[in-house]
Amino acid sequence: MLKIQNLTKIYEGGVQALTDVSFEVPKGQFLAIIGLSGSGKSTLLRCINRLIEPTRGKIYWNDVDITDASDEELRRIRRKIGMVFQHFNLVHRSPVLTNVLAGRLGYVNPAWSLVNRFPKSDIENAYKQLERVGIADKAHHRADELSGGQQQRVGIARAMMQNPEIILADEPVASLDPVLAHSIMQYLEKINKEDGVTVLCSLHFLDLVHRYADRVVALNEGRLMFDGLPKDIDDAKFKDIYGREAERVG
Amino acid sequence: MKKKKSSIRRSLGIGLGILFAFFVYAYGFQVTKVNLAETKSEHRQQQLFRILRALARPNIIEYEKEVFEVRVPVMIPCPADGFEPDPIEDTTQPYMVVTPSCSDPRTNVHVEGFNFEPLTRGPLNLAPFESGVNLQLANIEIDRFGHFEATVLLPNRPSDEAHEIIAITRRNVGSPKLTTTAYDTWDKIVETVFLALLATTLGVMIAIPLSFFAARNLMKDVTSSLLGISLSILLIPAGLLLGLQVADWSYQVSQALTGNMMMAVSGSVLSPVLVWFGLRWALPQQENRPPKTNVKFFRFAVMIVAAFIFIIFLYLLSFLLLTWGNALDKALGNFGFLGRFVRDLGDILNTVVRVIVALGVAGFFGSFAGRWGEALSRRKDSLSRAAHVLLAIAAGAALAIILMAITNWFYLFRDINLYYAYAGGVGAVLGLLASLRYKSTDAVPNGLILYYVARTIFNALRSVEALVMAIVFVVWVGIGPFAGSLALALHTIASLAKLYSEQVESIMAGPLEAVQATGANRLQTIVYAVIPQIIPPYISYTMYRWDINVRMSTIIGFVGGGGIGFLLQQNINLLNYRDASAQMIAIAIVVSIMDYISSVLREKYV
Ligand SMILES: Nc1ncnc2c1ncn2[C@@H]1O[C@H](COP(=O)(O)OP(=O)(O)O)[C@@H](O)[C@H]1O
Ligand SMILES: [Mg+2]
Repeated sequence: MLKIQNLTKIYEGGVQALTDVSFEVPKGQFLAIIGLSGSGKSTLLRCINRLIEPTRGKIYWNDVDITDASDEELRRIRRKIGMVFQHFNLVHRSPVLTNVLAGRLGYVNPAWSLVNRFPKSDIENAYKQLERVGIADKAHHRADELSGGQQQRVGIARAMMQNPEIILADEPVASLDPVLAHSIMQYLEKINKEDGVTVLCSLHFLDLVHRYADRVVALNEGRLMFDGLPKDIDDAKFKDIYGREAERVG
Repeated sequence: MKKKKSSIRRSLGIGLGILFAFFVYAYGFQVTKVNLAETKSEHRQQQLFRILRALARPNIIEYEKEVFEVRVPVMIPCPADGFEPDPIEDTTQPYMVVTPSCSDPRTNVHVEGFNFEPLTRGPLNLAPFESGVNLQLANIEIDRFGHFEATVLLPNRPSDEAHEIIAITRRNVGSPKLTTTAYDTWDKIVETVFLALLATTLGVMIAIPLSFFAARNLMKDVTSSLLGISLSILLIPAGLLLGLQVADWSYQVSQALTGNMMMAVSGSVLSPVLVWFGLRWALPQQENRPPKTNVKFFRFAVMIVAAFIFIIFLYLLSFLLLTWGNALDKALGNFGFLGRFVRDLGDILNTVVRVIVALGVAGFFGSFAGRWGEALSRRKDSLSRAAHVLLAIAAGAALAIILMAITNWFYLFRDINLYYAYAGGVGAVLGLLASLRYKSTDAVPNGLILYYVARTIFNALRSVEALVMAIVFVVWVGIGPFAGSLALALHTIASLAKLYSEQVESIMAGPLEAVQATGANRLQTIVYAVIPQIIPPYISYTMYRWDINVRMSTIIGFVGGGGIGFLLQQNINLLNYRDASAQMIAIAIVVSIMDYISSVLREKYV
């Protein structure tokens, strides 16, 4: 159970990216976060694992206050929260396998990992995760030799190495073409359904929301505009979320 | 109307600008003593030609010379019965004919030579009878057919006996040989290249870790509570002192072992094994829940023992290198430099261990202090608030006193205790102010502070020319290439740390964020997200810097820093321009080769 209370983020320049956002995510849910670009989706997701420090508000996860965690506690929290990014964020010059193993950095002993030594079980697991997303043969390629869709699968494998309870996906398919988008979303769906991982996924297209999400929250200029089932987004709600001029297509 | 006004103002501005530029350049000419008349004067131009001609003929190769002397008798004045020299016996050999063969003093005679070595030259001398001296009559140049002609004035040396006219010519024999200048130049240019290599290596090794401190994107997230910072300021100097002490103890233990060679060797083999197993036990590869306190304590103890053994191992290793190096030096004869290198490595290790242990213990204390301070500040009770203020005061005072001690080291104040008291007071007040400025739970951006300090130091160091640094090092370690390499190394550290850190700042933020999100700590983030991204630019900048260092090392000898510059300067001062020319050519060749290699390598890696 993830509980977000009155979350507010004001960036250094004075931009108020989030205003008093509160909602709860039960365990095992597939939650979509929608909103125009600049509405605060990335900021919200990054506040949850504190890649961005919230200005005000609380985030509880299983009754542990993430916003108040010490550095050491935060590492232990982060390693249970996988993250998938719009631009994949792989280390280009490193092999795919190393990128995937990086998902274990929160678990292994720092001293050994600094000299690139991982437990055997982790290495086996890395191959297994790569197999699961269908690119086991690419393990020893450099990450930047892969296509966009393949890179995103590496990104998912890396997140899965963390043995996560939550996955935060920040527009994971926004830079992929529609066919690839569905295959990536299916992986996330599988992780959600088979492994029971809670997924928070920001999305651009409503059809993806209808197809994959259990529930939707919508942001507009940092405020929570909608919280409910995908099918409950009617035309009025749509205009609230996307603005007066927006036209609904599809 | 308005438009006109502005155009008038603009022309006025341009006019004033031109006038200003005129003044600036006029003054510039005045202070740089521009003297056009001098450049045109006959005398100066001849000087210029002399140098240019000498430079065009570098003193690199020479020939063995064979000297020919051809003699012909002449009488001054003609005897009463005339003078007829003996006829030439062999007209296939070089010979000369004087016509007339006798004449009065201060009259001209005609000298003609045949069968000489073509295209040679030399003096034509008169050797007065039994005087043992040579009077030069003329310089002769032999033509393509081995023939010359000269009209010479006979000196006032009347005698009853015949004098001799001697033509001395030289010709090159055998194949060309390198001059001693060429050999010296080679020696020194090799020294120059290696000087640059050592300076670059040392500079790079130190600049790489430092560059991370000067990278804003890495440092801006480093924050700590004021409590943590105060504790660190108090504990880090203590850590340094303790580290030095630990190094001394370990050294003494290792000394006890080195009495016996067997003990030393077996000790240095056994200790790494012990350390390995100790660390394997104390650092399990992976743990899912935090260990119990007593397990933690045992691990900590094992790690301390392992560290101690490892330091002893390093000292033993340094001892072995020293001993074996010396033995090799004696045994290897001409290749003794290999042994001396091993010995010097041992010596360097010995010094470096001390520094590393001190820094290591200080770093350990620092991180311990940081954690402890963090934990204390998170308690948010009256104890933590009191500690927040009191420790800030103490840390402020301590820092000020340390700074004062450093200042005192330079200026040797007379009443130092009073100064310490003042500094401590001011520091305490500043600490108090800081503790009021920040709440005990606030995050102080100590990373940014460190960043600014590092940047400032690098910029200051970089602004001092390496030549100027070399002067200081020459005073310290004496004239020679060692001083030069240290000076260049210092300059390399400053400039590379800056260049490197700019590369760190321009890496992609995405992978950094992704690795952080997995729960990696700061060091892991650097190893997994930063280093892979900076390897190519680091290689390229290192090559670039080596290139610069080769250039610099060619002139660092001007101030006694070793390398070819020393030779070059000497020859210029002694007006041996042909020797200087050889050295300049050597520099040009080496620099262009370096230029080429570094550009090829850079292209390959970027
Ligand atoms: N690092 C930052 N500094 C200042 N403003 C930022 C920063 N990141 C995002 N913002 C601003 O915050 C708002 C929300 O951005 P973001 O969370 O990226 O929205 P989304 O992901 O929905 O496109 C935008 O107005 C953006 O300009
Ligand atoms: Mg975004």
